[in-house]
Amino acid sequence: MSVKGAGDEGRIETGEEHPLDHILRRDRLPHIWCPGCGLGSAMTCFAQAIEGVDIPLKKQVLLSGIGCTGRIAGYVNVDSYHTTHGRAIPFATGLKIANPELCVTVFSGDGDLFAIGGNHFLHAARRNVDINVICVNNFNYGMTGGQQGPTTPVDAKTTTTRYGSFEHPFNLPYLAAATGAVYVSRWTTLHCRQLEKSMEKALQKKGFTFIEIISPCPTGFGRPNKLGEGLEELRYYREKSVIKNDASWDEMDLHMRGEEPIVVGDFVDTERPTYLELEEQMLRKRGFMK
Amino acid sequence: MKYWRRPLDKDEIKTPKGHIYLIPDRCKGCGFCIEFCPKGVLEESKEINKKGYHLPKIADGKEDDCINCNFCMLICPEFAIYTEEGE
Repeated sequence: MSVKGAGDEGRIETGEEHPLDHILRRDRLPHIWCPGCGLGSAMTCFAQAIEGVDIPLKKQVLLSGIGCTGRIAGYVNVDSYHTTHGRAIPFATGLKIANPELCVTVFSGDGDLFAIGGNHFLHAARRNVDINVICVNNFNYGMTGGQQGPTTPVDAKTTTTRYGSFEHPFNLPYLAAATGAVYVSRWTTLHCRQLEKSMEKALQKKGFTFIEIISPCPTGFGRPNKLGEGLEELRYYREKSVIKNDASWDEMDLHMRGEEPIVVGDFVDTERPTYLELEEQMLRKRGFMK
Repeated sequence: MKYWRRPLDKDEIKTPKGHIYLIPDRCKGCGFCIEFCPKGVLEESKEINKKGYHLPKIADGKEDDCINCNFCMLICPEFAIYTEEGE
C-alpha cells in the first residue's frame, strides 16, 4: 500500500521467506506482542541459538508458563508446551527425567518464574536438573495490565504502585547462583549476539542454567515510568549497560533509572553433578544398577 | 574509507556486501533496525503497510553500504527484515 508523497526510491525489496521461518509457526505470525517489545528479539536469538547448536530440532523442547513471554511456546516450531501458571519448571523437570535425551528449555517471564513459580525455580536449581531456564524480565506483569511484580525496582510506578514501589526486588542472577545454578548470565535484548552465544552455551551445558534477559515493556512498565517507547528504552540500555563478568552481587541490583548502570555479563560458569548423574551414582553404589 | 597506512591484507580481505529484504506486513514500525544498524543504512519511509505502520527504507546514498552483518535480523522483534549475501 502506498500513500501520497511516498517515493519509490530506497524501497527495500520484499522478501519471501525469513531465514528463521522453518523454526517459527508462520501461520501464527504476526505475534501479539506490542510494537517496541523486546520479546521478539529474545525469540530471534533463541531461534538462532537452537539452529546453531548440534542438537537436532527433534530433540529440542520449549516450555513456557503464562504471560506475554508464555506465548513464545506457541510461536516456535519445535515440541512446545504452554503450561499452567508458574509450573513450567515442574513440567520441564518431569520431561527431562522421563526422557533424558531431550534438550529442555523453559522460556518464561519474571512474574511466572519468580512469583507464582518461585519455589519451583529454587528447587530445580538446588537439584541441578539438566534444564535451561531463560527468564525475560520486564519488571512488571505486562499481560494483565502492568501490575507490580517480584522484580519491580524500588520507586518504580506500576498500576498497583501509584506512589512508587516500596518493595525490594529480586536480584535474579544472585538468586540463581545462590540456589545452585551452574551457569548464570544476564543480557538486555540489545545484546543480541552475546545473548545468542550465551544461549548456545546454556543449551550445550549440563546442569541447571539460567539466563536473565532485560526487556523493554513500553506499554506496561515504560509508560508509567516515562521511559518512552521501546526504542528509547533500548537507547537507555545502550547508554547504561556495563559488561562485567566478575561483578559483585550488590552491583547486579537493577534500578532502571538515574545514573545506576545495568551490569550484564556471564556471571557464573561452574560444574556440579546433575540430578540424573547423582541418581545413577547412588543406584550403582547401592547395587540397584549395573 | 581513508587509511593512515595501507593494510597488508587489503587485497585478500573483502568487505562483505549485503542485500536487505523486508516482509512488509509483519513490520510494526518499532524503529529498532533503523536506530541500531551499525552502518546507518536504513531510515523511516512515508510508506505504510496494511496495518498503518511506517516501514524502513534505504537512506539516500547508502544503497551499497550494507555489509551483511545481520544485526537488523537479530534485533527485529517481528521477523520482518533480514539480509543475504549480495553480489
